[in-house]
Amino acid sequence: MNKSLYQFANNLVDSAKDLAPIVLVVAFFQIVVLQQPIPNIDNIIIGTGSVLIGLTLFMHGLKLGLFPIGEVLAFSFVKKGSIAWLLIFSFALGFGATIAEPDLIVMANEAAKVAQFGGIITSDTQLTQYAQTLRYTVAIAVGLSVVIGVIKILKGWAIQYLIIGGYVLVMISTLLAPDFIIGIAYDAGGVTTGPITVPLLTALGVGLSSSIRARNPLIDGFGMIAIASLLPIVAIMIFGIVQ
Amino acid sequence: MTSLIQHFVQTFWAVVPIVVILFVFQVGILKQKIPHLKRIIIGFILVWLGLTFLIIGLEKALFPLGKIMATQLTSSDLVSNSLDWYSYYWVYIFAGCIGFATTIAEPSLLAVAIKANQVSGGFIKIKALRITVAIGVAIGIALGSFRIVTGLPLHYFIIGGYILVLIQTYFSPKSIVALAYDAGGVTTSIVTVPIIAALGLGLSSAIDGRNPLTDGFGLIAFASLFPIMSVLAYVQIIHLSNHDKPNQ
Repeated sequence: MNKSLYQFANNLVDSAKDLAPIVLVVAFFQIVVLQQPIPNIDNIIIGTGSVLIGLTLFMHGLKLGLFPIGEVLAFSFVKKGSIAWLLIFSFALGFGATIAEPDLIVMANEAAKVAQFGGIITSDTQLTQYAQTLRYTVAIAVGLSVVIGVIKILKGWAIQYLIIGGYVLVMISTLLAPDFIIGIAYDAGGVTTGPITVPLLTALGVGLSSSIRARNPLIDGFGMIAIASLLPIVAIMIFGIVQ
Repeated sequence: MTSLIQHFVQTFWAVVPIVVILFVFQVGILKQKIPHLKRIIIGFILVWLGLTFLIIGLEKALFPLGKIMATQLTSSDLVSNSLDWYSYYWVYIFAGCIGFATTIAEPSLLAVAIKANQVSGGFIKIKALRITVAIGVAIGIALGSFRIVTGLPLHYFIIGGYILVLIQTYFSPKSIVALAYDAGGVTTSIVTVPIIAALGLGLSSAIDGRNPLTDGFGLIAFASLFPIMSVLAYVQIIHLSNHDKPNQ
């Protein structure tokens, strides 16, 4: 008990160090540049304390839960050797993690408003439908990205060819897509990779490439997040072209 | 109080689908046991609680402050001549600093850095990777703010960035390329995205001729492109400096 308490205190100090730059930047600009008092100072202090505790608990939970389970599953799949199930699992994981992502829900609603502004949609029911379809489009794209990322590890493909292919697709779809959707599409690539998805995909990739003898976890284990940030861009552009 | 409970419920539903998928496959389909089950369950509960506290804190402290600061920095008191792009210099400096600071606090990046350190046998330092990525984000967001101020088309920058990344990839040691690409996706997560989005919206509403609905987007794309370049550049520099010492 004493040992875990000591570890918790240690993690708390680490998180405080991680947060220090934000506090410094905000304080500097507020006091030196803008020369304004910090509004609602008590709220800010409570909020910062809450972020500190949250970050500490989250990182601890990551090491106890998310990392190990990702690796255990990767190992189990390699042991069983059922590639079909592995690919179904990969899609489910990517899709399931993305569809509930709060950032994506916010972004889809914003995008629907932009589309309404651009005169693409007119009624409110169309607005919700547009946001919903967009969310599913992105979630399917992330699901497919994880599938491609896993096949890449199994086959030992070099990541750069996949990324070059992805870039070419993004460029072509940029030329064809309506102007208003381009900014949204580019941003969507960043939105899809949340705080639960990233550690889990990394653990899965590293776990798979460590369990397969011919693969190197550093060269082959990474790259899944990159694919998952590229494919949604293309998917949204295609969505914009089709709509 | 109700909003507090709402937050716990919301993050609960963000964690549940993943837990269900993991357990269904491991126990139901692969028919394997889960080692250290109790520890893993505690881990997931901590992830849930941690995420909730993190989001509550961010919404209470950082996001409102970020929004206020974005508006104040673009207000006429600070920007003397709103027609020149360089009169917004405080905006670019703020964009760079806040981009750097939020990236350092980003838990997703820390997670990837821990794994990269592990599999590289300690060759990739956790701190060095995080700082390199944060510098990339800082440059990206500062440049992205410049783009909103000037109104230059987004895709020029993105396509130009892609071409630069491809050139860098050609000259980089292949073992690091996948990690560098991943660094782009991880930077834009729960801490960074809302602040950058607020900055983009604030800037595009403050400047004449910009529309927040169409010009406010795009900053996140900058923040995910530039860390790829900074990580590749960093590795390139280490590689070259090691080459110069023949005894190593």
